[in-house]
Amino acid sequence: MKYLLTALLLSLSATPLLACETVQLGSLEISEAWSRASIGMARPGAFYVTIRNTGATDDALAGIATPVSGKPMLHETVVKDGVASMPHAPAIPVPADSTVQLEPGGYHGMLMGLTQVLKEGETFPVTLTFREAGDVTVPVAIRGMGAKDAGCVDKKD
Amino acid sequence: MRLKVLQKMLWAAVALAIPAYGALHLLDERAETPVAEVSFRPTFSLLDAEGRVRMPSDFAGKHLLVFFGFTNCPDVCPTTLAEVAQVMEGLGDDAGKVQPLFISIDPTRDRGLELAEYTAAFHPSILGLAGDEAQTRAAAGSFRIFYEREDSSGAPDGYTMAHSASLYLIGPDGNWLRQFSYGTPASEIMNDLKQRL
Ligand SMILES: [Cu+2]
Repeated sequence: MKYLLTALLLSLSATPLLACETVQLGSLEISEAWSRASIGMARPGAFYVTIRNTGATDDALAGIATPVSGKPMLHETVVKDGVASMPHAPAIPVPADSTVQLEPGGYHGMLMGLTQVLKEGETFPVTLTFREAGDVTVPVAIRGMGAKDAGCVDKKD
Repeated sequence: MRLKVLQKMLWAAVALAIPAYGALHLLDERAETPVAEVSFRPTFSLLDAEGRVRMPSDFAGKHLLVFFGFTNCPDVCPTTLAEVAQVMEGLGDDAGKVQPLFISIDPTRDRGLELAEYTAAFHPSILGLAGDEAQTRAAAGSFRIFYEREDSSGAPDGYTMAHSASLYLIGPDGNWLRQFSYGTPASEIMNDLKQRL
């Protein structure tokens, strides 16, 4: 019975539903964490998330860690005069009373050195490290290769 | 007397309107309408996944929707290829009149990474091309696009590529028609194409 319950919980955690739930860390609300499915492990993945700071103190996302990537890093896609580049972002500001999105065409977590294939419909954990608020681990929904957002039913802004 | 004032006002309005119209028209031309002086014929000679040389003449009679990118690009490239997939789906019966091309500007690395499997994951109609360095330079030059290798410790294999991220539309006669800048919604691209097909 206990085993069955564990199996049930494990199977539940494999659905993307959980990833659409908001995780609270102090005055930070982290939601809509998602990534795209990968073909094999040779190419890097990208990680996207929405961070809402409801507090009165500025914070910043200083780094990410995940078991699926040997070298996760924060990047920012910059399109200037039609030319796209992807410089490393030392930190992503999360000012007081504002919402910051890591989203296609902007900030993203670059998941280099994948340690496993990212399969659509599964989830993996990412630990976000904030300068002020500290660490929090969120479940990341793996969506299809052509996905453009987390695909959550009720989108929070 | 009052008429004279009115006349002056009208002339002033005309004087303002002419340059405004001209500016609008210019903007229009730059963004949308190909004119004789800006029309050119981009060309390429690049290998597909099966090792066949592909050239514009292979696709004569079709519109080409061309994107330059690289598969180690996890953000801009999948986003644009997803748009292309959406466009192809939305075109329905007209989809056969459009050939989407993904031209690798990181061809050496991409040739070893199953480019065909990558493009097919977005849409089966997308053809991935990866030539050698010289062929790639030549293709980019003829499309008048920019790409550059950037060494970076924060990138896979120690380098990344900066590249023009627009989609380029080539007409069935091989002439350059227009570009869609990065982030143009699929619906807008589709509507533009539908009017041409
Ligand atoms: Cu990146």
